[in-house]
Amino acid sequence: MELLKKLCAVTAPSGNEAPICALIQEALSGIADEVYTDAMGNLIAKKGSGGKKIMFAAHMDEIGVLVTFIEESGLVRFQNLGGLRLATMLGQRVRFLNGTIGCVQLTGGVEITKAKLTDFYIDIGAKDKAEAEKLVNIGDVAGFIADFIQTETAVMAKSLDNRVGCYVLLEALKRAQDTENEIYAVFTVQEELGLRGAGVAAHAINPDMAIALDVTATGDTPGAETMHVKLGGGAAIKIKDGGILSHPDVVAAMEQAAQKGDILTQREILLSGRTDVGVIHLTRDGIPSGAISVPMRYIHSPAEVAYKSDIEACIALTAKMMQKKS
Amino acid sequence: MMLKALSECFGPCGCEEEVRKFIIEKVRPYADRMMVDMMGNLYVYKKGASSEKVLMLAAHMDEVGFIVSDITADGYLKFKTVGGIDSRVLVSKNVVVGEKRVHGVIALKAVHLQTADERKNAVRESGLRIDIGAKTADEAKQCVKIGDYATFDTSCMPFGEGRRIGKAFDDRAGCAVLCDVVREKDLPYDTYFCFTVQEEAGCRGAEIAANRICPTAALVIEGTTCSDVSDVPAAMEVTTLGGGAALSIADRGAYSDKTLTQKLYALAEENGIAVQYKRTTMGGNDLRSIQRSGNGVIGAAVSVPTRYLHSPASVISEKDFESVKEIAKLFVMQAEELI
Amino acid sequence: MKLKSELKKLSASVGVSGFEQELAKEIAALFAPYVDEVRIDALGSVIAHKRAEQPNAIKVMLDAHMDEIGLMVTEIDEKGFLKFTTVGGVDERILPSALVTVHGKQKLTGVIGVKPPHLQAPGEDKQSYTIKDLAIDIGLAPEAAKDMVRPGDFVSFAQKPHTLKNGFMSGKCMDNRAGVVAVLEAAKALSEEKIDADVYYVLSVQEEFSLGGAKTAAYGIGADVALVIDVTHAKTHDNKDGFDAGAGLSYSIGPNVSPIAEKWICKCAKKLDIPIFPEVDGGSTGTNAWSVQTVGTGVATAVISIPLKYMHTPTEVLNLEDVSRAGALAAAFVKKAAKSGREAQVIEL
Repeated sequence: MELLKKLCAVTAPSGNEAPICALIQEALSGIADEVYTDAMGNLIAKKGSGGKKIMFAAHMDEIGVLVTFIEESGLVRFQNLGGLRLATMLGQRVRFLNGTIGCVQLTGGVEITKAKLTDFYIDIGAKDKAEAEKLVNIGDVAGFIADFIQTETAVMAKSLDNRVGCYVLLEALKRAQDTENEIYAVFTVQEELGLRGAGVAAHAINPDMAIALDVTATGDTPGAETMHVKLGGGAAIKIKDGGILSHPDVVAAMEQAAQKGDILTQREILLSGRTDVGVIHLTRDGIPSGAISVPMRYIHSPAEVAYKSDIEACIALTAKMMQKKS
Repeated sequence: MMLKALSECFGPCGCEEEVRKFIIEKVRPYADRMMVDMMGNLYVYKKGASSEKVLMLAAHMDEVGFIVSDITADGYLKFKTVGGIDSRVLVSKNVVVGEKRVHGVIALKAVHLQTADERKNAVRESGLRIDIGAKTADEAKQCVKIGDYATFDTSCMPFGEGRRIGKAFDDRAGCAVLCDVVREKDLPYDTYFCFTVQEEAGCRGAEIAANRICPTAALVIEGTTCSDVSDVPAAMEVTTLGGGAALSIADRGAYSDKTLTQKLYALAEENGIAVQYKRTTMGGNDLRSIQRSGNGVIGAAVSVPTRYLHSPASVISEKDFESVKEIAKLFVMQAEELI
Repeated sequence: MKLKSELKKLSASVGVSGFEQELAKEIAALFAPYVDEVRIDALGSVIAHKRAEQPNAIKVMLDAHMDEIGLMVTEIDEKGFLKFTTVGGVDERILPSALVTVHGKQKLTGVIGVKPPHLQAPGEDKQSYTIKDLAIDIGLAPEAAKDMVRPGDFVSFAQKPHTLKNGFMSGKCMDNRAGVVAVLEAAKALSEEKIDADVYYVLSVQEEFSLGGAKTAAYGIGADVALVIDVTHAKTHDNKDGFDAGAGLSYSIGPNVSPIAEKWICKCAKKLDIPIFPEVDGGSTGTNAWSVQTVGTGVATAVISIPLKYMHTPTEVLNLEDVSRAGALAAAFVKKAAKSGREAQVIEL
């Protein structure tokens, strides 16, 4: 969990993944045969040879804000990087890449339920534009900050989406060092902007099969939409989301592996939302794909909650899929 | 002036032939090789000192416009828009239609005949017709057929101080820039000047162009939103007319390569070229397709700020246009430092 | 009429998007006698290849999607009812009281239950049902239901095809089994011909979900030219803007199609005396042509469509004559593309 905590602590909004990329690169030392980045910034770690070529994709970017304007008053206007939840964003603190801290506030008189993104601003404590510009410039980005909390059962943190996927991929790779397959662990960029990074990596690797490691919503909170997935139900095996109908063979392979490894799983049908395999499976002449998701409440809020047991199930299942003989 | 002629060319998305023909004649003397692909993208290739890297510059030839979807018994043309047009700008504008370039007007009944509700509600394209003066379907069919394209009929003119008004600056301004940059000699790398089709339908021409070229790095030259107009707060202006070439940071289609963009910005400042950042994440351009093609491409986008784009009368500043030209030249000639 | 029985049989077969495996086998067998090789690609599309006489010939693809819209179980509730979501664009208003097949451990008949009128509050019937209000009843106790069905199991509509008057036929997924049959007609017509092109009959998956099957198939083939055969809205009592079912086909015009390939369609139709009518789209045609056109370095793509009433219902209606016309036109298109295909490629100036 220490590694997960470190991963969640890094600020690296979509398009600005260098800081998280550096940390993951460090974590990869000794567990990959080859580590490199591509033109878009995806980090690719190769392990093993022979057998099947399998790509695992976990996006390493997180949602955030991008500065578009600085008012004379020193207040900062911004737009979104990825799907911000306006209601949970209000009053939160953000950290810019240079360490500057600000808080997100709403124009007076605007009701939160009716607010548009342009009604919000960031106060960085500058007295005027000139002071603000010493700290922040147009194009600068920031991510939300929040403490990493652990209970016996759960973790609560910002950016668990998708640092937990990165964590699952790293831990699984450690456990599957004996793999007889050719594994590509890909930490992708710009997923939150519309699955923009994964496609070029998949194109270059051209794997026989691809599995995304990401998070999914749950149906176990008050007023939640009907959804089979719940916290504590185990690793979620994706059947469908807004971007993919998982390949039946990949689903079957994952369910078999889970059964053999005595790993608790549940089936995921996510009504809207997508993950990297949405693009990967349509790359080149088609790549049979699926996804393993960590069930998570309050996605895209600064307090995302997941169960440790589910995370462990995802790691175990991912490792099994890496080791699986064809 | 090249820009005037390009602006006045007929080239709705899906029907870029006139623009392409014009450009081919202008760039022919400077090209080492030229080709046109099956969608109509024009590739102008110049051999560089090194083939180690391949550069792509892209400007789209198409503009927003119309396509005739039906001809009514009384001789009016039903149409659909190609590319994103706010249908509220259409009423009573001049258009030219089809291969014979027939003149027409976009027709709506007179204000006197409209109910209060009709006046209040936005006009939809399905309620509008193009009137070419034909009395019957048969007469209309003598000069127009279903599937013919149409575009606004606007002359490009000098405007105010150092500005120009005209249609289709998005992205004939970019085409004009490429037509100029292609004259440069002694390029460091092999370079493709791509005049793409169907950007307005979803950056579709650039997609196959990038797949053909497989560039190392790309610069997209565009006309982009400029909203520094009456009643818009400064925070929402996006770009400033006369404020210089606009470099994109991130938009709905692509996050420009940060290193390349920052280097271009710094290099522009060093060279005394006016430059600004585009201050929104809305919009998109061909970089969306190019950046994500193949194994990935290092890409940036630079634009001429354009007021009222996607309308019959858009406005640009000549200075901004010159600045974009200079930055595009820097990209080509100083690529060794940039990429 | 062979075409009629083939379409009837295929309409009754099941291939909801993402779950086309059984259907793919059935369709592969239908094409096998008329081609040199049949394969099923990574995503499940059937690719039947008739080899060219010469090497390095142009590659022509005839595409019809084989998948159909359907439903998917999302949860089995405590009473044994199945909550569900849609796969592809399903009109929620067709769902109340629809008979369905739930593809669980075995095939189960289900009915999408509704509240009887007697129990409805006044005015309740003024609103359409939404999917959240509905559940599938499979007549099993909760434990038995959970044993037989899992979340993620797919559900198909269960209405049978029927022959109507004047050569019309009704049934589910005429969209786009009609296209499949048309491609099959073309394959039969061309099977004995020597053609200077590699011809690929592609019966693609997942059109209703993402247009993805045709895109990846086109990439795998390296197609130069493609003709997409799909359905289009026919005139009905409440839609006067469509095409007359039984009166001929539509062909697409607009940025999504190659003007050259479009001309080939017109020429072939004229030669065969097949009535065709222009269908104009300013952007996407809403068919596989959208995903296929920009594959690789570009595919010269055309679209012809069979007029269809009540699209995306289990009682779609079309005219068999139009299906036959589509097959004949597609065959002629292949020959034309084989002859003139180079015109639609890159030109050096």
